[in-house]
Amino acid sequence: MKPRPFAYVRPDSVDEAVAVLAAHGDDARVLAGGQSLLALLNLRLADPAVLVDITRIAALDQICDLGDKIEVGAAVTQNRLLAWPQLAEKLPLLAAALPFVGHFQTRNKGTVCGSVAHADPSSEIPLALAVLGGEVVLRSQRGTRVLSADAFQKDMLTTTREPDELITAVRFPVNSGRGVAFREVARRHGDFAIVAVAALVDGQGAVRLGVGGMAGAPAVRQIAAADGSTARGAVDKMAVELEGYEDLHATAVMRRDLLRRLGPVVIDEAMRCAA
Amino acid sequence: MRRIDKDQRARIRLTLNGRALSAEAEPRMLLSDFLRHSLGATGTHVGCEHGVCGCCTVLIDGTAVRSCLTLAVQAEGRDVRTVESLAAADGTLNPLQRAFQNHHALQCGFCTPGILMSFTDYLARNPRPSEADIRDVLSGHLCRCTGYAGIVSALLEAAGYRQSSESGSKS
Repeated sequence: MKPRPFAYVRPDSVDEAVAVLAAHGDDARVLAGGQSLLALLNLRLADPAVLVDITRIAALDQICDLGDKIEVGAAVTQNRLLAWPQLAEKLPLLAAALPFVGHFQTRNKGTVCGSVAHADPSSEIPLALAVLGGEVVLRSQRGTRVLSADAFQKDMLTTTREPDELITAVRFPVNSGRGVAFREVARRHGDFAIVAVAALVDGQGAVRLGVGGMAGAPAVRQIAAADGSTARGAVDKMAVELEGYEDLHATAVMRRDLLRRLGPVVIDEAMRCAA
Repeated sequence: MRRIDKDQRARIRLTLNGRALSAEAEPRMLLSDFLRHSLGATGTHVGCEHGVCGCCTVLIDGTAVRSCLTLAVQAEGRDVRTVESLAAADGTLNPLQRAFQNHHALQCGFCTPGILMSFTDYLARNPRPSEADIRDVLSGHLCRCTGYAGIVSALLEAAGYRQSSESGSKS
């Protein structure tokens, strides 16, 4: 199908972009890579009056090393971050998770921030951001807000972004020297995950375990010094607490079962990677 | 700041396969439709129109993207390449196309233009991929005829792993 008619605006600067958003509010949608939004428009599941194309704002097309964090601008594509020479050293969890995001052809256009903005409950980048304890930077004419990943994504496709705000960047804490692992189960490679699991292990053996596809937003739990049986116990408790949900692809029971199988494997992999 | 109203038709200029071209389009026109209907480049095929099948893949500034998930106006001023750019002016197929012919990597051919454009980008950036890498990139395309075996063989030949089987296929 084809999209319904809409107006198109392509600002040259962040100031122009937030001015357009302030003028149109809820009637405007930000267009970055468009790999989710254009599909929604083609299927007529979204019907904005104005599209604000931010892909030619040079200031947003940057990856900045802030020391303890890596800031990825809103126009940076997933493949550009994947090809960033320091990714494996500074953000090994992203190096493990990004190849699961869509396909080579969609990662060429899809953006890192766009994936966070879209807030699909089973998508990989919001999960990685949540496990790492990252931040979302929002700009409007009223000023700049920095929200934790946890405070940003509230539910399925639902975030605390105000209609006049533009996500200008996301910040991933550098996770060098930590043990990391990422796995997911999907119907086909490149599909949204049914269940995705990411783990981060620090020098003391404490685990941060993140789960996507079980609730409206990524769920993160801290597990102290996990050996095999405490890890299995913690994952089991998480499966019971989160419950999971039922859709076309899987029942809640299947989701819980996938988490119970994937969780301990991912924790073990991250522990061995840290050792 | 570029601004086009809802019902306004604006002139979109871009370079298509080395030629500077332009046509009018509403903001909502997809690049896939702009190429086929406005510029007459019908080599790019349209399948699912939501980014899943890969038939409409073209190169924008050398990068393989879905033209059905791109607005025509987003390609304004860009260098667009489609399957029409691959063969020489006299119709001689390029090595990637020849490999597809050698290995019977197409039957109905509907998905082929997208696959050729994806791998034009991918092999330029990754000259010696593994078979697993090739299959990973190929997962961004749906082919309902071949079962993919011939396509993988052709791509391995194009990546330099296999000798051309041209002489064999002629016998």
